Parts: sequence; C-alpha cells; structure tokens
Amino acid sequence: MIEIRNLTRKFDQVVAVDDLSFEVREGEVLGFLGPNGAGKSTTMKVITGFLAPSAGSVTIDGFDIGGKPLEAKALIGYLPEGAPCYGDMTTLEFLRFIARIRGFRGEEAERRIAGVMGDVALESVAHQTIETLSKGFKRRVGLAQAILHDPKVLILDEPTDGLDPNQKNHVRELIRNLAKDKIVVVSTHILEEVTAVCTRAIIIDEGRIVADGTPAELEARSRYHQAVELRLVGEVDLAAELAEVAEIAGVEQDPADNASFTILSRGKPIFARVSQLAQQRQWPVEEFHVRRGQLEDVFRTVTEGAAGNQAAAETGAAASH
Amino acid sequence: MQNLGIIFRRELMGYFATPLAYVFIVIFLITNGIFTFDLGGFYARGQADLMPFFSFHPWLYLFMVPAIAMALWADERKTGTIELLLTLPVRLSDAVLGKFLAAWALTGLALLLTFPIWITVNYLGDPDNGVIVAGYIGSWFMAGAYLAIGSCLSACTRNPVIAFILTVSICFLFVIMGSPVLLNAFPDWMPQGIIDAVAALGFLTHFDAIAKGVLDIRDVLYFSVFIAAWLLASAIVIEIKKAN
Repeated sequence: MIEIRNLTRKFDQVVAVDDLSFEVREGEVLGFLGPNGAGKSTTMKVITGFLAPSAGSVTIDGFDIGGKPLEAKALIGYLPEGAPCYGDMTTLEFLRFIARIRGFRGEEAERRIAGVMGDVALESVAHQTIETLSKGFKRRVGLAQAILHDPKVLILDEPTDGLDPNQKNHVRELIRNLAKDKIVVVSTHILEEVTAVCTRAIIIDEGRIVADGTPAELEARSRYHQAVELRLVGEVDLAAELAEVAEIAGVEQDPADNASFTILSRGKPIFARVSQLAQQRQWPVEEFHVRRGQLEDVFRTVTEGAAGNQAAAETGAAASH
Repeated sequence: MQNLGIIFRRELMGYFATPLAYVFIVIFLITNGIFTFDLGGFYARGQADLMPFFSFHPWLYLFMVPAIAMALWADERKTGTIELLLTLPVRLSDAVLGKFLAAWALTGLALLLTFPIWITVNYLGDPDNGVIVAGYIGSWFMAGAYLAIGSCLSACTRNPVIAFILTVSICFLFVIMGSPVLLNAFPDWMPQGIIDAVAALGFLTHFDAIAKGVLDIRDVLYFSVFIAAWLLASAIVIEIKKAN
C-alpha cells in the first residue's frame, strides 16, 4: 500500500504539491490526471524518493521513503517522465546493469532480462545502443527496466507518450496484466487511457486533489451523464415542451448543427421519459440516443479557471531558467 | 558496497563505449611525450630521473582532467538519467564514489600507459625506481584531486561546458596557490602564517615533494582529505540541485 500523508512540495516560492493525502491499495490501477504543471510529475518524484517532500510523508508498504529509502525503492519500479536511459549502452547492457543493481545475478538475471524483453518486444534491438533507438523503443526500454524486478509498486509517468496507437494498446494491455496484485500509478493526460486501464482516477490541479473515484463515478459527475441526444427533422420548441418535466435539467442546442439537441438530466436516467414524450407529442425525431458522461467534461469542469493561473506560473518558471 | 562496484563498472564501460577514453588516453600520451622530451629537455638534462615528466603534470591535468570530469553529473542531469539512477535502490554515496572512482581509474590507466618513458629512462641510465613509483602515486592522487573538484562543479550545472570552465578555473587557483608567482604577490604586511597556509593548500607544495621522491604521509593525506571533502560537497550539491 502507498500512503501519502499531507504531502507538500515547494520549489522556492512555488507550491507544486499542496497538502496531498491519499492511499493506493494492492490491485488498484490509479490514473493520475491533471493539466500540465498540476503537480503530477512532482508527486511521482516524491513517491519514488527522487525529491524529498517539503512536508508530509510517503510510505511504501510501511517503509518511509525518507527514513528507509533503500527498502522502499527496492519495491518500486519507476518510469520517469521522458523515459531516460543511458544512451551509450546497448539495450541488453543497460538491462543487465539494472538487473545487477536490483540484485539479480547469473541465470536469474538473464531469465528476467529475456522475460521483459519479450514483454515489451525489444529482442530486435537488444544489441543496438539506446541513443540510436526510435522514441517508441526508448520508451519500451524504460518500461522494461521498470518491470524487470517484478515490482510491487509500479509508477509510470506518461508511459504511452510518443507511442503509436498499436504500441499504446500493447502497453495498456501490459499494464492491465501487471496490475493483478500490484499497485500501479499511471500519470497521463490521455483520458481514454484512464477509462481503458484504470480502476481509479485522481484529478489534481494546482497540487490539490479535485476529484477522486472510479472512472465510472467520475463520468457520472459529468453534466452530460445520462443526457439524451436528439436530432429533429422539423421545428419543435424543445425547451418549452420540456420545461415542466422535473427530471430534466435543461436543453442545449448544438451550435454546429441547429437540429441537434442535448437534453440534460438531473442525474437519473431520463431516456424512457423523453422517449415517451416524443411519441405522445409526435416529435419528428431522426436520431435518439443516450450519452455517457465523458471524463473529458469532468476534467474540464474541475480544472477550469486554473488555466489562467497556470499560464502565469509557466511564464514564471520559464523566466527562472 | 556492491552497488558501488556496479556503478563503477557501468561508468568505466561508458568511457570505452564512446571514443572518449581512447581520445583521452592518446592525447594524454602525446602531450606527455611533447612536454617531457621537448619542453622538459629530458635528454639535455643528462639525468636518469623523471622530473621533467612529472613536473608538467599539474599543468597537463589542468585541461585534461576537467574534460573527463565535466560530464560526470552534468550529463546525468541533462539527459534525466539522474532520476533513474537515484530512484534505484542505490545510496547517493555509492553513486558519487562509483562515478568518481571510474573516472579516477581512467586517469590511472592513462598514467600507467606512459610506461615507455619509464623503460626509456631505465635503458639510458640507472634511475631510482622508488622515486619514480612515488612520483606516479603522487601524480595519480593529484589527478584525483582535480577530478573531485570536477565532480562537484559538474553537479552544479547541467551544461558540461560550464562545468569544464568552472573546473579549470578552480583547479588553476589550487595549482597557483603554492607557486611563488602568487605567494610573491601578497603584500609585505600580510602575516607569514596566512601566506604559509595558502601555500599549504596548493597542489604544487604537496606534489613537488612527492615528485622528488619524498612520499610523505602528510602529502598523501592532504590529497585524500581534499578528495573526500570535494566528493562530500558533490553529494550535497546533487541533493540540493537535483530538483531543478
């Protein structure tokens, strides 16, 4: 289990992570979401022991990352942002180096290296130096070193960044397979990825948690959750017709297509009710379907308003470099 | 301790995976030859010793050693591998020492490969080989001092060129500290104690004695403490600077 208690991390005057507390349990695949500069990478750097927290604590399976760093780090597999690897080594040499550091010797080491090279399909580049590899291969070398010791905790900072759609799929499958009895924390800004692999998602903004739940729960928070979409072929004043229906929160007209409308629900299913009304009042309906809440809507809602501040923070950061 | 060895091996392999080690060794040997035989007047002196060889080392190292040291940590920060290295179950001290020892081993190897000069002097005359061994040991320790400074300054920046320039400057300061040029520049009213202290901190004061064949434990201790202090400073700088 990862326990994060009141974690704060400051860079000079800028607070990157602000009093963050959460736990991640075995079997959970946690998607870590947030706009750029929200504190995702910083949080991961503190969890993996690269950065010391300014305040608060992180424990990995009971080992405090500050107090017992070697024990805690031995449990973690980490893919840092951008998947840095020693470019002057070949894939095989690099993985051998990692295996030795992780305490594997001889046959055991070779067996594990062969295993992960198979998992992420690196056999074809085993003897190529890493700096000559394509971005996708480099990312997979980074993944291979992170999973080599079959870690209990896997922390992946944007694991599918720079991969083509097939490779993305492959990595997602890999994460799902790995996740069985492990803790996986994946940061990403690809929202479909969260729906595809995560059992839980945390959205952070300006270093604070703004949403935490299963992807389905978060989708339910979307204003479009349970909404019904209609396309009409004739003129009907839907807003007026539906004004007195209690379950309905409102009607939106698609700005790009005047004949398409979205009927918003107050959280309960309204499909049956709208369908019934449409039949009774003989609306000229052409298309009719229920919308699922989109994580993207929730993401935008909970991180809204931060964009301006974030731009300011980025300018500040650029100036200080 | 085991990890120290693994990091040491990786670093040393890294030098030989690129042309760096070969270029360094070849240039080191060529410049050593020019300095010793041409500028040092090895033959003209008519003496069977390696004084001309060793006396150029402080100046040769001034440019050669920072070239190796500059990438030690600056490269790790630039490529982001520092994040990989320091999130592995490795002590920072193992990483600092392992990298330093690998670079020190490379300079040691370059130094050992100057053995034809030693053969030459033994062929031509009858030198005191004990003095020569002392000279080699002293020279190697001095190279370690340059490297330790380089390790610390390389940790200060992610730009190897800046690390190089800083290291050359600081090393130069330590070289001239013991030289008469600097010591004579002090005003007369300066207490002799301070001038002596400054001189005692310089490389030349300690190296000259060793090069003459006096392997005093105090000189070896000076270089050892000097190296340890700068490596400790490296670890502190890495700890502070790794965030940005």
